[in-house]
Amino acid sequence: MDFATFLVQCLNAVQYGLLLFLLASGLTLIFGIMGVINLAHGSFYMAGAYLAFGLAPLFGQNFLLMLAVGVLLSALFGYLLEWAFFSFLYEREHLQQVLMTYALILVFEELRSMLVGNDVHGVKAPDWLAGSIPLGSLMTYPVYRLFASAACIVVGVALYWVVNRTRLGMMIRAGASNRDMVRGLGIDITRLYRIVFAGGVALAALAGMIAAPLSSVYPGMGGQVLIVCFVVVVIGGIGSITGALIASLLVGVVDTFGKVFFAELSGIGIYLLMAIVLIWRPEGLMKKGF
Amino acid sequence: MSALLSCSGLTRRFGGLTAVNGVTLDFAPGQVHAVIGTNGAGKSTLINMLSGELPASDGRITLAGDDITGWPQARRARAGVGRSYQRTTIFPEFTVFENCRLSAQAAHARPWALWETASACATSGRIAHEALASAGLADLAGRAAGSLSHGGKRQLEIAMCLATEPRVLLLDEPLAGMGSEETDRMLELLARLKPGHAILLVEHDMDAVFRIADRITVMVNGEVIASDAPAAIRSNRDVQVAYLGEH
Amino acid sequence: MARWLPWIAALLLAALPAVLTPYTTDLVVKIVIFAVFALSLELLVGMTGLVSLGHAAFFGLGAYVAVLASPESDPGNLLVLLLAAMAVAALYALFVGALSLRTKGVYFIMVTLAFAQMAYFVFHDTKVGGGSDGIYLNVRPVLGPLDGGNKLHFYYLAVAALVGTYGLLALLRRSRFGHALAGIRVNEQRMRAAGFATYRYKLAAFVLAGALAGLAGCLLAIKDGVVNPELLAWQESGAVLLMIILGGLGHLRGAVIGAAAFALLKELYATPALVGNFLADHWQLTLGLTIIAFVALLPKGLIGLLERRR
Repeated sequence: MDFATFLVQCLNAVQYGLLLFLLASGLTLIFGIMGVINLAHGSFYMAGAYLAFGLAPLFGQNFLLMLAVGVLLSALFGYLLEWAFFSFLYEREHLQQVLMTYALILVFEELRSMLVGNDVHGVKAPDWLAGSIPLGSLMTYPVYRLFASAACIVVGVALYWVVNRTRLGMMIRAGASNRDMVRGLGIDITRLYRIVFAGGVALAALAGMIAAPLSSVYPGMGGQVLIVCFVVVVIGGIGSITGALIASLLVGVVDTFGKVFFAELSGIGIYLLMAIVLIWRPEGLMKKGF
Repeated sequence: MSALLSCSGLTRRFGGLTAVNGVTLDFAPGQVHAVIGTNGAGKSTLINMLSGELPASDGRITLAGDDITGWPQARRARAGVGRSYQRTTIFPEFTVFENCRLSAQAAHARPWALWETASACATSGRIAHEALASAGLADLAGRAAGSLSHGGKRQLEIAMCLATEPRVLLLDEPLAGMGSEETDRMLELLARLKPGHAILLVEHDMDAVFRIADRITVMVNGEVIASDAPAAIRSNRDVQVAYLGEH
Repeated sequence: MARWLPWIAALLLAALPAVLTPYTTDLVVKIVIFAVFALSLELLVGMTGLVSLGHAAFFGLGAYVAVLASPESDPGNLLVLLLAAMAVAALYALFVGALSLRTKGVYFIMVTLAFAQMAYFVFHDTKVGGGSDGIYLNVRPVLGPLDGGNKLHFYYLAVAALVGTYGLLALLRRSRFGHALAGIRVNEQRMRAAGFATYRYKLAAFVLAGALAGLAGCLLAIKDGVVNPELLAWQESGAVLLMIILGGLGHLRGAVIGAAAFALLKELYATPALVGNFLADHWQLTLGLTIIAFVALLPKGLIGLLERRR
């Protein structure tokens, strides 16, 4: 493998990892703060992708505006969903949460099927992000992928800033380590949970929107990515955003280079990675905490 | 009297925090050795390290001459280290008898014998009955464990510990939440158990501790500041300043 | 009365082919096979308290072994296939269990799901199992006069498997091993404090559950004559988990009732004559909403409902 190809694969690995990070941080936030395991998280990703498919014609070149609108819409959706459904899951056992969110996946899949059908769709990147830049003398690299990585980094930094530098973030971190104490401190836990949940949904949907021009929009994309997301969370440790970042990049590298070197067995690469981590460090790479 | 269970230099760190620092203690059979201290003194961490639930960061633990520092909890339990918990950990759906029988079964398990029903195990049944009798719960054997009074549940906690036929009893606040009558009963039970067992008693009830303990160790901020006979502890100036004075 | 119920049900099952249509008998066989699958998960979830979201891996593995171990154009040995399927499933369960049991709670759920997905990918992406299209079982296996291809013979084979599995688990429940599992389910910490090597007990339960799931999968492969990777998919793992909750967790009868209820619900929701064309096409929606309502309102399952009315 020559250097340019290697660089391309590295960039791909990082881009995939960063996208996973967006998803995984949403999942780990929701589980870390509210203690809810949410199987439908992948469906939010799918919803984001389909949202991009639906909104793209309306916004044309205003891609960033579309992303912003998409984030707002999905946050609103998340806010309502928490109020209508998820708030009832907090006190329940994991088994019940698993089943109810599994059922939610079925509902979402059918709603999607009824609203937009079962076809596979493509979403075109806007012109100003289409095209490629040269890498070395022979290869080029798609601008959109660079944009995707950059967008994820921006969101990641924003997330870090919110969690570590704002009052909201302080409440989130307190809630992650001791739910009951936070309640005792008089913080409106209901609003907090709703906001965190909306944030988690928005992160997942944003990941889906950004991914849409890259991986096309198809039924079942939610389920696939959900399980990879779980692998990330297991490796990185639940409740740890830093852990999610490290694990996401690790998974990105293993998956991308796995595909290059072992085409047929590439799908199982990340699970072998997970197996190795479990043998070595069953609690995940990082301890709990942001 | 030679020690049955002893620890030397036992230390536990959690990140930057040292919860237990260089604790060296002996527990001999025929003795109730109480460990007292304010909240956060490290008593729970100490007992968790001795039972095997928490690995030690440093130090050694010996049981009858064997180094058990690296042994997992189940192995220590089978070797004779019994433990009762501060928060009741009985099996509420099973009967009082079954709770004890299940505990007794640990040392007499024949898991592959699927064709034998558990209740047919004569050995564990006998041990369970003996444990219940020792703990004074013989007439409540058939009751659902969850229906017992708080005091009854704490007694069952001890009975389950006894059912594993331990040589060492690590008792974590067995008197928690008990009224004076129940406390008396429990103290009588401990007095009866003394011969033949080495007993570590972590407790907050100072009157009870001074009534029953043969030896008292005082912990402050993870360290032992005094370890002596009750009378000596009572008159120890450091202890008075650090602990008893506030009580 | 309740003690005789399983025996009565077994007798009824044995008599059914005489009175039912071939289509209904086929449905009953499917239910019987899924009942074995559900019972295997009941051992894990209901008896030991281990919520696995990857149990379909062992089911699908058993199915694939049945096809892969069968000769190209001759009937295979039925007994050998059943044993091979269970052995391979048990082996994978040993690997998955040894690793996942190092985790707890939510981690365990996620890890079991991930390992099932790994097995799914092996069959979906590689040539081992004919890829995403699956592979066919050309000739059904036989064992002496017992012909796997004969519908009646197969019916009784399936029922025998169900009775055997049910009996084994019933025996297990009363045994020392079963009591230990129950203790682990309620309070694993206390069991360790008493001296039980709980990891070994959980692993043993996990492997046994995997083997029984493999048995069910093998039977399904022989029945349908075709296997595909979707048998190992997370949807299948979710479905079997649903079955045991539907029936009622903690009861062996619950697993069987749940398998039947789930199969019947799916039939119901997918029949245009009963729910109209639109809903029949989108039966997953109705199913999903039913599940949500069910878990929310009847957390103890159908058995809980019966117990309440008594």
